[in-house]
Amino acid sequence: MYELEIERPTTVADAVSALGGEAQLLGGGQTLIPTLKQRLADPEKLVSLSGIADMQGISASGDTVEIGGGTIHADVAADGTYAALSELASHIGDPAVRNRGTIGGSIANNDPAACYPAAALGSGATIVTNKREIAADDFFQGLFETALAEGEIVTAVKFPMPQQAKYIKFVQPASRFALVGVFVAKFADGVRVAVTGASNDGVYRWSEAEAALSADFSASALEGLTVSSDDMVTDLHGSAEYRAHLVKVMTARAVNAA
Amino acid sequence: MTKVTMTVNGKAVSGTVEGRTLLTSFLREDLHLTGTHVGCDTSQCGACVVHVNGKAVKSCTMFAIEADGAEVSTIEGQANEDGSLNAIQAAFQEHHGLQCGFCTPGMVMTAASLLKENPKPTVDEVRNHLEGNLCRCTGYHNIIKAIMAASGQDVSAIAAE
Repeated sequence: MYELEIERPTTVADAVSALGGEAQLLGGGQTLIPTLKQRLADPEKLVSLSGIADMQGISASGDTVEIGGGTIHADVAADGTYAALSELASHIGDPAVRNRGTIGGSIANNDPAACYPAAALGSGATIVTNKREIAADDFFQGLFETALAEGEIVTAVKFPMPQQAKYIKFVQPASRFALVGVFVAKFADGVRVAVTGASNDGVYRWSEAEAALSADFSASALEGLTVSSDDMVTDLHGSAEYRAHLVKVMTARAVNAA
Repeated sequence: MTKVTMTVNGKAVSGTVEGRTLLTSFLREDLHLTGTHVGCDTSQCGACVVHVNGKAVKSCTMFAIEADGAEVSTIEGQANEDGSLNAIQAAFQEHHGLQCGFCTPGMVMTAASLLKENPKPTVDEVRNHLEGNLCRCTGYHNIIKAIMAASGQDVSAIAAE
């Protein structure tokens, strides 16, 4: 990897002032470090968020669970307050990756096959930054694109807890990323369905399934729906048609298991 | 260059590293603790697993600077105080949990963190926990048997292959 310097601030304010120039934020590094090794990125400086105690931890109040942006996947997996979210976290990567990777890093990276974006969008979460709060519906904007501005850090993610929820992913067996993953969440005012891994535009909501499941929360409600393969990913792991097929299958499985 | 100080296998150590220096490079090249192996260098094989503040991590996917002030344990620190193999190491030997041995340091460190969290895992739990540790020789059966044996469970019913 190219030469770089690293700063480890202990507060969000210090992290913001350490940014600037060609500096980049470092979460758990489980995506960024492999990227740097391949020389696909060349930041002069990394500002590590791992020393910021305020960005770590999980707290629940009422029907909302708030997770610090620097919280590792293993801690979310062990928490269990929001069962579907903890189960999702327990299947990200492998145990060693889960001991370093963070929710804030995953959300900010917005990998089109990552699991957390589906949970955030499927739950209607709020992304909290050092500057503002952003609804998940506005946050995810395509492949590796988010609403984050320069110098903006994901300090926490607030999840409203649904009545029922489930995430099911069909794993790409070499990487354990989702070939297709679907997060289904049933709230008092309706059902949300978020799909990761499938679309050329990254994570998205499947609105037809949401309408059908809001009327009847059962897998049979999906039977008449079709999923277009027009904007689906084709790669060596699966064709667009295969992914489109999996979207419906994974959604039905998630509803059955919710 | 930045000075880092950490505790490795109970001993205070320090060194001067570049920003880009990985924890695995610091352990192997500065401290000469070459038991931690680099198999893939792409975060997939788990041969470089060490414990940082009690958690199993891939030392090839963490900067040395990030371990400043941390407690680090490597394979060199796993033996009993009298130098004899600890229960996990002895079980790997007893049950032939290795052939070439390259992945073994990572396997032992991952097994140690599993058994700390879950002292009596099922075979499935052991298999799932080894998701990030690749062995290209044994086919995993004897590794799993060794970890089950190290947990004090009867392994006579687990087929060797």
